[in-house]
Amino acid sequence: MKGNFKTIFKSGKFDVGLAIFALLLLCIVIFPLLNREDPLKMNYTMFQPPGPNLPLGSDNFGRNELVELIAGGKTSLIIGILAGAIATCIGLIIGLSGGYLGGLVDNVLSSVTNIFIVIPSFIILVLISVSISSRSFLTTALVIGFTSWPWTARAVRAQTISLRNRDHVNLAKVSGYSIPKIIVMEILPYIASYVGMAFILQVASGILSEATISMLGLGPQNTVTLGLMLNWATMYEAHMSGAWWAFVPPVLMIALITFSLNLMNTGLDQVFNPQIRS
Amino acid sequence: MKSYRKYMTSKIAWYVLTFVVAVFLNFLLPRLIPGNPVSTIVSKITSGMADTNSIKRVYETFEKEFGLNKPIWEQFMIYVSNLIHGNMGTSFGQYPRKVTDILASSIVWTIGLQLPAIIVSWILGNVLGVLAAYIKKGFDRVLFPVFLFISCIPSFGFAIVMVWLFAVALKIAPASGGYAFDMIPSPTLSFFLSVLQHYQLPFWSIVLVGIGGQSLGMREMSIYELNADYVKYCRLLGLKDSKIVKYVFKNAVLPQITGLALSLGTMVGGALITEIVFSYPGLGSVLFNAIAAQDFPLISGCTLLITTGVLVANFLVDIVYGLIDPRIKVAQQE
Repeated sequence: MKGNFKTIFKSGKFDVGLAIFALLLLCIVIFPLLNREDPLKMNYTMFQPPGPNLPLGSDNFGRNELVELIAGGKTSLIIGILAGAIATCIGLIIGLSGGYLGGLVDNVLSSVTNIFIVIPSFIILVLISVSISSRSFLTTALVIGFTSWPWTARAVRAQTISLRNRDHVNLAKVSGYSIPKIIVMEILPYIASYVGMAFILQVASGILSEATISMLGLGPQNTVTLGLMLNWATMYEAHMSGAWWAFVPPVLMIALITFSLNLMNTGLDQVFNPQIRS
Repeated sequence: MKSYRKYMTSKIAWYVLTFVVAVFLNFLLPRLIPGNPVSTIVSKITSGMADTNSIKRVYETFEKEFGLNKPIWEQFMIYVSNLIHGNMGTSFGQYPRKVTDILASSIVWTIGLQLPAIIVSWILGNVLGVLAAYIKKGFDRVLFPVFLFISCIPSFGFAIVMVWLFAVALKIAPASGGYAFDMIPSPTLSFFLSVLQHYQLPFWSIVLVGIGGQSLGMREMSIYELNADYVKYCRLLGLKDSKIVKYVFKNAVLPQITGLALSLGTMVGGALITEIVFSYPGLGSVLFNAIAAQDFPLISGCTLLITTGVLVANFLVDIVYGLIDPRIKVAQQE
């Protein structure tokens, strides 16, 4: 196990990704401790350009853009992590139980999975969000999580099926282990690396889904996220007034977070699949 | 051939079932909102009308389409039978326009924008990807992170920055719309030129983001193939590099062709937000306005159209793969 971690950190891509991510995380955690300004308070005039007091200017509501950016990054990241965790858990449970139990359970579960793989999850996301009239950032995270599990489920099921008849699993079976115990002790460790990578990608796509749904006007209410900042900037035509500070920072923040996550994922992929090392 | 027919039948059955589930979700979800939004909105539409006759007419239209006050399964039957007759209902927000008319006029713009953009970014991305895998030197350090970063910028973020840069700061392209706002769509040269002018920014913003993702995928496939045993064997046989690259390209491009087919399926809903940023008169702007107006028939029409596109593309890929991929052929015979 120790050797494994060494190989992971040998991968330059993983290191760089982790460094960027850690740096962003540090900013998000430390900044609010130093600057206690309320991100939703309108203290300035509309689209004030960046100056000594306002490092990133103000937005269309006259809020401090920098404070908003940090708060938005935090909410977006929480939404991404929560949605990613929910999606990974659902995918894991459905994939493991279908793949290991087989038979009718597997038939039903993989039918449901196949149906929801083909129906675009974005569409279900829109339909559910339209139906919920008051949405907090937690609801948004839940809805994103509940719509983005099918790919994980399919991959986990395929890997479970290939593991199901291995000798060590059979040994556990004849030793009289219970089914949950076999799944957790004998199968889960073999797919843990895949699950970790899937989770990282789900976080990235969760952040992007939040931004997309907010741009459509279906984002969370009474909070600030990176997607909402972009939505406000477009609605109040910041780009037409030349107020680049209202949309460039959130775009870069989204790009940086997803970039660092993707970089970590590529690094891990090269560690676990030696064939694609170059 | 018998086994292929069996494969086809089971695929068709699957896609029909999936489509039914999609239709059901489209029907059910907007109706779950507490407090019957349909009657609320009907009263909102009619609030400006003084004429009792026209208020009555609005009520009758929506009562017929929605089957208000009837049990939910009966409402579903009404919904399905309307769909079969090609009737998606009447728009709330743009009453009395039909949903199908609104969709038909906007889909032309969406396809006109997306089809060329997807194909151009696919071609450029694949060529770059193969080159990157073949050249290798320096790529991993410099180009790979750059491509990855570009593909991580959300397409609409890219779009906003492009509008600001090229339309507002540099003033070399129009900022929004599908044509100049003082024009009426007509087959004249000046209208065509205006469309072409307004086309540039949305087109390139979709293409640039697409190239990033496509080339990364192709690069990975090519590296995988370049390390395969048959390539080593060819090298041992002393085959020319150009011939080996040809083999590699053939093998690596097959999944990419699937990717192209699938992204053509997502064409209808693939650039919704980019269209919103540019106020392009496509499906994205329609959906955005429908959401703002809580126009459920129109929202449901948009989502159903997008889902249908994706389903058809997936179905075609499955059918064609059943014919050409030897591995699926073997599976059919078992």
